[in-house]
Amino acid sequence: MVQVSMTVNGKAVSAHVEPRTLLVQFIREHLRLTGTHVGCDTSQCGACVVHIDGKAVKSCTTLAASCEGAQITTIEGLAHGGKLHPMQQAFQDNHGLQCGYCTPGMIMTAVDMVNRKGHQLDEATIRHELEGNICRCTGYHNIVKSVAQGAREMGGAK
Amino acid sequence: MSATGLGASVKRTEDIRFITGKGRYVDDINRPGQAHAYFLRSQHAHATINAIDFAEAAGSPGVVAIFTGQDIAADKVGGLICGWMIHSKDGSPMKAGAHPALAQGKVRYVGDAVAVVIADSYAKARDAAEKINVDYGVLPAVTDLKKAVGAANIHEAAPDNTCYNWHLGDKAATDAAFAKAAHVTKLDLVNNRLIPNAMEPRAAVGDYDSGTDTMTLYTTSQNPHVARLVLSAFIGLAPEHKLRVVAPDVGGGFGSKIFIYAEETICAWAAKKIDRPVKWTADRSEAFLSDAHGRDHATHAELAMDAQGKVTGVRVHTLANMGSYLSTFASSVPTYLYAPLLSGQYNIPAIYAEVDAIYTTTAPVDAYRGAGRPEATFVIERLMELAARETGRDPAEFRRQNFVTTFPHQTPVIMAYDVGDYAGALDKALIHADYKGVAARKAASAAKGKLRGVGFSAFIEACGIAPSAAVGSLGAGVGLWESAEVRVNPIGTVEILTGSHSHGQGHETTFAQLVSDRLGIPLENVAIVHGDTDKVQMGMGTYGSRSGAVGMSAISKALDKVVAKAKKVAGHVLEASEHDIEFKDGKFTVKGTDKAIDFGSVALQAYIAHKFNGQELEPGLKESAFWDPTNFTFPAGVHICEVEIDPETGIVNVERYTAVDDFGKLINPMIVHGQVHGGIAQGIGQALMEGAQYNSDGQLLTASYMDYCMPRADSVPSFNVDTIETVCPSNPLGIKGCGEAGAIASPPAVINAITDALGHEDIAMPATPAAVWKAAQKRPMKHAAE
Ligand code: FES
Ligand code: FES
Repeated sequence: MVQVSMTVNGKAVSAHVEPRTLLVQFIREHLRLTGTHVGCDTSQCGACVVHIDGKAVKSCTTLAASCEGAQITTIEGLAHGGKLHPMQQAFQDNHGLQCGYCTPGMIMTAVDMVNRKGHQLDEATIRHELEGNICRCTGYHNIVKSVAQGAREMGGAK
Repeated sequence: MSATGLGASVKRTEDIRFITGKGRYVDDINRPGQAHAYFLRSQHAHATINAIDFAEAAGSPGVVAIFTGQDIAADKVGGLICGWMIHSKDGSPMKAGAHPALAQGKVRYVGDAVAVVIADSYAKARDAAEKINVDYGVLPAVTDLKKAVGAANIHEAAPDNTCYNWHLGDKAATDAAFAKAAHVTKLDLVNNRLIPNAMEPRAAVGDYDSGTDTMTLYTTSQNPHVARLVLSAFIGLAPEHKLRVVAPDVGGGFGSKIFIYAEETICAWAAKKIDRPVKWTADRSEAFLSDAHGRDHATHAELAMDAQGKVTGVRVHTLANMGSYLSTFASSVPTYLYAPLLSGQYNIPAIYAEVDAIYTTTAPVDAYRGAGRPEATFVIERLMELAARETGRDPAEFRRQNFVTTFPHQTPVIMAYDVGDYAGALDKALIHADYKGVAARKAASAAKGKLRGVGFSAFIEACGIAPSAAVGSLGAGVGLWESAEVRVNPIGTVEILTGSHSHGQGHETTFAQLVSDRLGIPLENVAIVHGDTDKVQMGMGTYGSRSGAVGMSAISKALDKVVAKAKKVAGHVLEASEHDIEFKDGKFTVKGTDKAIDFGSVALQAYIAHKFNGQELEPGLKESAFWDPTNFTFPAGVHICEVEIDPETGIVNVERYTAVDDFGKLINPMIVHGQVHGGIAQGIGQALMEGAQYNSDGQLLTASYMDYCMPRADSVPSFNVDTIETVCPSNPLGIKGCGEAGAIASPPAVINAITDALGHEDIAMPATPAAVWKAAQKRPMKHAAE
């Protein structure tokens, strides 16, 4: 067993875990934050994306022990003061989700995309950047619209 | 139309929990003291099990129990059944081999469950499973549909690995039509095997309460009541009143979560056995191996026409791969969900279809989005396109010439089309797709050394999968009605209990829109309850695009009863005859007066029961209904796909995709469009990239997202989606259903576009870059040379 300590959604947490514990297992099973999902075992679907120190990372391919001291944000930590994050709101506004299983990972990826690429994202950029996130329900049409709106509104545009 | 009523694109209320990470899927559920199951699966496609040695595994740390097929046999756990009886041409019943939840004596596909290890943690269960020694006697595998008859026998009960030889239609009349034909078009088609891949893998938590002798199964199901019925009546786990099945938030289904699988069954059974909750969640590799796959047909198809271009006959012979076992509804898919749709949107006087259902040592094949109807649409729409090309006709006008234009229309293959406007959809689609501009766009592509093509698909489907008596006469083991209960609370808020199940379709919003519209109460005063057999009495679940047409119709019927009862209560309160009470916009009024009372106040009066005699009028306001439609519904539409191919790389770019569909009345257009988008993407996936591949040893080569190509955001375009409306006459809401249309229509549209671009027909699905590159080299590039 190893000791891990990190900050998750602003709260300090620590636990003894098996060294092989993945970050996603730590988040889901130890912290019971079940918004982060697991959709594959080959690091391709993106259902598990969280932010580690502000960057989008697939938590299914990250060992919890490697996150010692890190700042983690999960989908549960995105809304503040009872107000949805603009990217969350954009997904609802544009019907960017159906079953909701891919959605937390999509939103976390999208926020990171905006942080890296800015607020004016064209369709080709959004589609390319979503390479690592699979959705089986929406055909991506409305996800693309959601990300574009979320990006604009994260920049303060309405 | 109000902002939240029928026809309004209301934002989904369920979204809030999903976008904030508060959804509650099965894997999010943990029961106190739960143990974890790991399934040891066969690595062989076909083998006898001579012995299983798990002595060392049983002593592995954390192991609670290990069970094999012998244990479930000893407990008389029933086999997994197929609920739709098909009879062969000669009248004999289909031949379904036994399907035990854990293999007994023999394994029949790679992934067949051989033993279950239950331990304190999933990791410990998996570690222990590695120590189990199974002595297999390897038998020959057969994965090729065309070689299975005469290959090593998979089920003793099914000689020649044949489940049934079925047929539909008038053979003599069809042969006569071909004998007289001016032109015959022939095609050999493969409808590629798909793996459904809902993003949430299957999962189950079995929980047994020894105090009350009740069993609870939390499971990723599209139809928890059907699961309870089968687990109870056929598998014999517990009587229905002692068995609760809960399907909470479910992360997509597409058919694959209709079925009763081994793992879910074992979790429920084992929880009682060890008197401890048992949890299992599939990893994606297991999902690839053990979820029921879809499609997998090989078809020879022929179309006869006269000299004027009128289609006079269609003749089809299909080999359908059932996989190794007959899954829950597998037998219905290549038969009654398939051949009755071979008439397409066309007036075809004679049709004859033969279907041979064949076992192979591969995963079971069952319904996947569209189920049979995509296969039929692929056959008829590829035939129509090719027939037009061969006879020099415009594919749009050739279709128009053959459209059914008067309704009702009885096809020669069972279906009675109730209403439609096929030319209306075609006209609108031609405009949206800028069909007039195609020649110029083809020339522009050719000038860049690219190949451009346009393909049509005029699809029709039969949805709702009801009336019950009709499906019963075709072999269904159950009725396919739907139920609803409307519970009005004393302050006028409403709970709707429905047998439909939402796993992405947005029922919490659309069903509430209906209630809000009908009762004149705000959306937030309506709760939709589904997915729990302890709350909802009975239901048939969600598949076959049936939740709107059948599920909402049941709600509508129950709402009618609520309004009728409420009028009586209002009559007493307002001191008027119930016949003089009018109900509109949430208010009961006495005709011709200004006396009025709102819905909430009537609800309160119904429960207080001071204003009427409780012997004459029962207190309370709660009504239920079962709805059984009078016909299938027939959504139809025209899809037009335009592709550009780079002959240097074989990459196919879907440049434009236009869909004009007739789903009857729309409740929430935003959600309807979303359903179409998702279906089109799945169909483009089938046409261009998806395909399950087994090698000759029966190993699944496409068992991860590295090998099975799923559509990504950059492999599909934005879609141009629109609707027309003819009102469905067989349900009170005029709804036809929209869940499968995209996946049904799109594969032939894409392949017709590719073959148009290539100038020849020699390309199979999936049309991967490698295949298209090869095809592009093969023949003179017609359009490029133009
Ligand atoms: S679960 Fe992490 S990428 Fe699929
Ligand atoms: S919304 Fe279901 S997988 Fe994306």
